Amino acid sequence: MARFVVEVMLKPEILDSQGQAVARALPRLGFDGVTGVRQGKRFEIELEGPVDEAATERVRKMAETLLANPVIETFELRAE
Amino acid sequence: MTARVGVITFPGSLDDRDAARAVLLAGAEPVPLWHASTDLGEVDAVVLPGGFSYGDYLRAGAIARFAPLMERLADAARGGLPVLGICNGFQVLCESHLLPGALTRNASLHFVCRAQRLRIENSGTEWTRAYEQGQEIVVPIKNIDGRYLADQKTLDELESEGRVVARYVDVNPNGSLNDIAGICNEAGNVVGLMPHPEHAVEALTGPSSEGLGFFTSVLTRMVGA
Repeated sequence: MARFVVEVMLKPEILDSQGQAVARALPRLGFDGVTGVRQGKRFEIELEGPVDEAATERVRKMAETLLANPVIETFELRAE
Repeated sequence: MTARVGVITFPGSLDDRDAARAVLLAGAEPVPLWHASTDLGEVDAVVLPGGFSYGDYLRAGAIARFAPLMERLADAARGGLPVLGICNGFQVLCESHLLPGALTRNASLHFVCRAQRLRIENSGTEWTRAYEQGQEIVVPIKNIDGRYLADQKTLDELESEGRVVARYVDVNPNGSLNDIAGICNEAGNVVGLMPHPEHAVEALTGPSSEGLGFFTSVLTRMVGA
């Protein structure tokens, strides 16, 4: 069984209004010194077969096609 | 012969009935289409209605894009079929890459529901030719993922090619870049619009009936053809 993690984040130039809202809420809870928060998505994908180049390429294709919208987001993937 | 305008229903569509009624009031025959079908049937134009297709899971419009009928529609749209995406329909068109850019969470993070003033910036598209260039109309807007984004190069292209179809006037309800409420593709047959003209087709239920023009626009060429 191959297990991959794909993390999707908004591109840095895209306003992350949800991350900003979290950043504004933290000081109200007493967490001082927070200089920034960005919010993203994490996908855990399990595949039949070994972790090899073909499997990595399939997950990359999934990320490009569906998990991330390349217009506004970037992704990173790794095997676990 | 009466023009036939398809309205695609996805799981989670909300405004398909209103869109069909707007088509009817405009003088055409609404044709209900189901997302899982593989046949567009004999339609002269298609409306992608508002709502929350597939619960907006992942991203608004991201999963609807892969519905069997959407793949057929994408081919037909590239071939010139007039397509209007309203709200969630606009999101689906962007996710399908039939229109550039993306629609993201409102800058305010609030769901916005109000009567909104728009200016028709391009009255030459399949869906706006019933309007005067620069005409202002008031139609409802209701969304949480309505903030239009694109990179600067895309924005410059949209502006220089006159592909901003409608712009917010008085107030920008969601933080859209350049106050963009709607855009079209290069050919002008595919239009995406965040506000809801189908809710402004009768005085009884809308803030105006000024939304009807979107639905009468698409009929003019068909009648003339």
